[in-house]
Amino acid sequence: MVMQGGGGGHSSGGAFQEDEIFGKAYDARMMRRLLHYVRPYTGRVVVSLVLLLLLSATQVAPPIIAKEIIDQAIAPAVGKQIPVAEGLSRLGLYGALYLAILLASSVLRYAQSLLTAIVGQEAMYDLRLELFRHLQFLPLSFYDRNPVGRLMTRITNDIDALIELVSKGVVSIFGDIFVLGAVMIAMLFLDIRLALVTFLAMPLLVGLTIYFRGMMRDSFRAIRIRLARVNAYLNETLSGMSVVQLFTREPRTFGQFDDLNRDLYRANVGAIRAMSTFQPTVNFTRAMTSAALFLAGGWWILQGEMTIGTLLAFWQLVEQFFRPVLDLAEKYNIMQAAMASSERVFRLLDTPRTIGDPPHPVELAHVRGEVRFDNVSFAYNEGDWVLRDVDFTIGAGESVAIVGATGAGKTSIISLISRFYDVQRGRILLDGTDIRDLRQRDLRRHIGVVLQDPFIFAGTIASNIRLNDETISDERVRAAAKFVNADRFIDRLPEGYETVVTERGSMLSVGQKQLLAFGRAIAFNPEILLVLDEATSSVDTETEHLIQDALEKLMRGRTSIVIAHRLSTIQNVDRIVVLHKGRVVETGTHRELLVGRGVYHRLYELQYRAHQVA
Amino acid sequence: MASSARSTFTGYLSRHGLQLVAGMVLVTGAAFLAVIPPRFIGAIVDDVNAGAPYGSIVVLSLGMVGVAALEAILRGLGRYQVIDASRVVEYEMRNDLLSHLQRMHLAYFQHQRIGDLMARLTNDLTAVRQMYGFGVLMTTGTTATLVFSIASMLQVNVKLTVITLVLMPVASASFWAIGRKVNRKFQQLQAQFGDLSTKAQENFSGIRVVKAYSQEEPEIEAFGEVNAEYVRRAIDLAKFNGLIWPAMALIIGVAVLATLYVGGIDAISGDMTIGQLVQFVAYLYLLQWPMIAFGEITNIFQQGWASLNRLQDIFDARPAIADPIDPVPTAVRGEVEMRGVTFAYGSTIVLRDVSFRVPAGGSLAIVGPTGSGKSSLVNLIPRLFDAQRGEVLIDGVNVTRYPLRTLRRAVGYVPQETFLFSVPLRENVGYGREEELPADRLAWAADVAQLDKDVQDFPAGYDTMIGERGVTLSGGQKQRAAIARAVAKDPRVLILDDALSAVDTYTESEILRRLRGVMRERTSIVVSHRISTVKDADEILVLDEGRIAERGTHLALLERGGLYAQMYRRQLLEEELEVDEEQLAHERRVASESEAEPGRQMPRLPREGEMTEGPV
Repeated sequence: MVMQGGGGGHSSGGAFQEDEIFGKAYDARMMRRLLHYVRPYTGRVVVSLVLLLLLSATQVAPPIIAKEIIDQAIAPAVGKQIPVAEGLSRLGLYGALYLAILLASSVLRYAQSLLTAIVGQEAMYDLRLELFRHLQFLPLSFYDRNPVGRLMTRITNDIDALIELVSKGVVSIFGDIFVLGAVMIAMLFLDIRLALVTFLAMPLLVGLTIYFRGMMRDSFRAIRIRLARVNAYLNETLSGMSVVQLFTREPRTFGQFDDLNRDLYRANVGAIRAMSTFQPTVNFTRAMTSAALFLAGGWWILQGEMTIGTLLAFWQLVEQFFRPVLDLAEKYNIMQAAMASSERVFRLLDTPRTIGDPPHPVELAHVRGEVRFDNVSFAYNEGDWVLRDVDFTIGAGESVAIVGATGAGKTSIISLISRFYDVQRGRILLDGTDIRDLRQRDLRRHIGVVLQDPFIFAGTIASNIRLNDETISDERVRAAAKFVNADRFIDRLPEGYETVVTERGSMLSVGQKQLLAFGRAIAFNPEILLVLDEATSSVDTETEHLIQDALEKLMRGRTSIVIAHRLSTIQNVDRIVVLHKGRVVETGTHRELLVGRGVYHRLYELQYRAHQVA
Repeated sequence: MASSARSTFTGYLSRHGLQLVAGMVLVTGAAFLAVIPPRFIGAIVDDVNAGAPYGSIVVLSLGMVGVAALEAILRGLGRYQVIDASRVVEYEMRNDLLSHLQRMHLAYFQHQRIGDLMARLTNDLTAVRQMYGFGVLMTTGTTATLVFSIASMLQVNVKLTVITLVLMPVASASFWAIGRKVNRKFQQLQAQFGDLSTKAQENFSGIRVVKAYSQEEPEIEAFGEVNAEYVRRAIDLAKFNGLIWPAMALIIGVAVLATLYVGGIDAISGDMTIGQLVQFVAYLYLLQWPMIAFGEITNIFQQGWASLNRLQDIFDARPAIADPIDPVPTAVRGEVEMRGVTFAYGSTIVLRDVSFRVPAGGSLAIVGPTGSGKSSLVNLIPRLFDAQRGEVLIDGVNVTRYPLRTLRRAVGYVPQETFLFSVPLRENVGYGREEELPADRLAWAADVAQLDKDVQDFPAGYDTMIGERGVTLSGGQKQRAAIARAVAKDPRVLILDDALSAVDTYTESEILRRLRGVMRERTSIVVSHRISTVKDADEILVLDEGRIAERGTHLALLERGGLYAQMYRRQLLEEELEVDEEQLAHERRVASESEAEPGRQMPRLPREGEMTEGPV
């Protein structure tokens, strides 16, 4: 697949099937949970709301001052009711006031938008971190079920949608309401009759908005579905182009695509109509409202019941009256997207940590390193047993190789000892204690794991060995590297231990990564070592030799469980456990098992000897 | 490259020139009408002031409504024409892109990642559409409004016009400066967003190591730092982004104030009426939009043009495998031959000097280790790739001389990686046929591929949807569906490229037995890892590092004691082990349940992942 889809709860959803976000625009339960994250910033939210109140006042003021300029300065001066000089001085005075209000308005607007942005960002910083923290402690079975891409979408895009909600949604809804309120109050104070005339436009405007929004929403929904179809078809066709060409399906594929594409175009017609007519219709409504104002205002002015300034103030306020109404409709989409995002985020946060620490953990003062599988049965999926009644004990300091064909359950043994999964039946004991009675930290501190595909974190060579454990000194890092024969290639790197390695360790060879992982394991000096040592064909002979040597040294003196691939490794262990279809079928030394001519013998012939030949 | 993008741009433009020009004229007309109402408003104010009869105010007000209505109609129609044209262009371009891509050779899709192509066909196409739509619309509307407003302002008062026009460049310059800063901050934020995603991705992908080394807390701390930096940069962006609207409001406010003040002085001194003053303010309101729109327009065109160039890259790619200029119109019998064929991907040679001949109706098998060139070899026959040296011949005629359609119709190909489409099973099997597959053909193909029994378990039989929105098939089922698809096509040459790898040995032998019946008259070429699949072929080629290392019949090759014989011994051992698995499986089955079908004896349980998955 090309892209990671963001399919919410419903299956993977395919790469180009968009999330259905036409849910509710307001969900009280979600909102309460969201507000919980804003609560620590209550102070700033209150300040922000106060700023909004002041801002709405400064937005209504200019038309009123303009009215005074006309009614108190210009009109009387023109009409010779006051001397020209007086008119000019009043003009200057009002002008200065106007300018002061303008400046105050700008400052308030800026301060308010910045403050809201900060609140949104910081509140969601907390949520994002909480989500990340929660994910850290979810069991591996969760990660088996959820593709990385989906988790990424949750922690990046979905949280960003919530930031939008806090900083542009909720607060500005209050902003719009305040402005609308201020405008209406100002109008009522200026002239109650003219105010009522203006308010007549309100139902018209709301009706128009609802009508067009509905039209667009239906249309957008149809478009989204069809666009997803077009893109899914396109994606599939491109991915399977060789089949299309081999089966000479080009004309029919094109025909079907054209149908989908045309269908998408047709679905657009409604949206185009809505998009092209909405703005002109609103403009026309505004013009009608103005005309109504002039008709009514003109009459009353002619009757001497109103000043020209008042009429003009209304004319200017109409603009301020329209904008919040239109804005509020706009907010609907933000709210809707945010509700869908918050639902997905919270669903993730509600995923239970099925593997947790016990309430009263057993403290292991000293770990010897005896590992015992006590009749363990395990399945990743209910009923689909991977291990059946596995029962064996590995003494402290003993080294054991686990062999078996692919799918025999070898990897599961390693995962279970680290308690990445919990067993369904039986127990796993460390020095006689059920590992479920230990803190995961304590358990894992004593276990060194080397995985099949050694994972390299972005950072330096040194940071990849010590990970984030600052108690591991530079000397210990070097000593660990030297011990596992990694020092040779590290010393050849341009910056030595401080060489920056990129994501997924792309600049290191597979063999080098393996050595580095060995170094990491030994730096933590674990009592128990688990090594997943599967076939790596791309390792050169010299590195191969280094790896074998290192592995041998690593295993010395500590309990070691190796999923072995190399013959040299199995020949050197104390004991071999042969797994077959989830059961232990044979145990013994290399020699004993060969003599027995059982499963191991055949595995040996097939895997190990053949490899020696090749 | 830019010149061809330009011709592409004008190409689509001119095809819808009439509609676009009509839209532009309508929008221009609307912009012209928009400057009329302020005159009426000015006149109303002056009339009211002069105490004119109410009738003239009524006329003017109604006139205003009339003009506004006309304007709304023109603007609505104009917008519709332009946006519609842009959607049509998008529709056509999408079709043209697919049509072009369908002609491209396979190697092209291997070089261009599908994800990248999809990004172009979605995001870039949207950006180009917006250039044709909102780009054209805004440029027209903004320019017209600017010209008509300024012209009208000059008529009212030259001095005031000059004063306010001085503010314009100040406004534009400050928006430009803020915009640049916002852009830079935005990019910094995007970079950090990338870091945040990378950090999360790294953690989720490496969660085993994180857990194994109890690194959860340090990882949370590290993520917290990246997260905090993201927040810091987001706030940094908000500091500049938040400037735009206040600055905008301030500049307009100052322009209105300047008009009121300077105009007020003029009015007091009698150089201008109050009505004219109001009319002037109305023009200022008209101008506020164009002032910020220019930045937006540049943006749309810059992005659209960059996207168009990326789409142009697709259009500029030429198919390396195409129909010959002078095709041979001939029916295919099915003799396949290669003469001294050498083939390389780039500089890596994968086939060296390969020669063989399969007579029509004959069978050839190809074995060899992974990477020995088996797939590459069979890819050359239906011309998924062309050989660099040597000749690939069908019935003695070079494959490059057949029309692609004729060639590919004659070849039934089952690729290594099965690709089925998200359509009902019936359509998947009948994929290679023009008309719908008759029921008996379908049943026959399914029987040959041993797919019929699985189909009985599907919720809607052959009408079951395949893929994510239907039934997810197991690897073996997919391969068998692909075989049915190739067989249903009734080809002269059937190629199976390791197409039975996920099918268990019993089913495999059943399929092979049936295929032998089908293939009596046809040529078959089978690539496999398994000796059991190939042992009955007329000739077996053993490929090693691109060369034919051994050739002959099964018995002859065994006798030779070379690579083939070695492979054979290994597989015998494997089978021995499998027999053992069967034994275990059998015991388990007996122990756990007793509902084994009595009629159908299965020699061995299907392997993992091959079990029939029920309806999802």
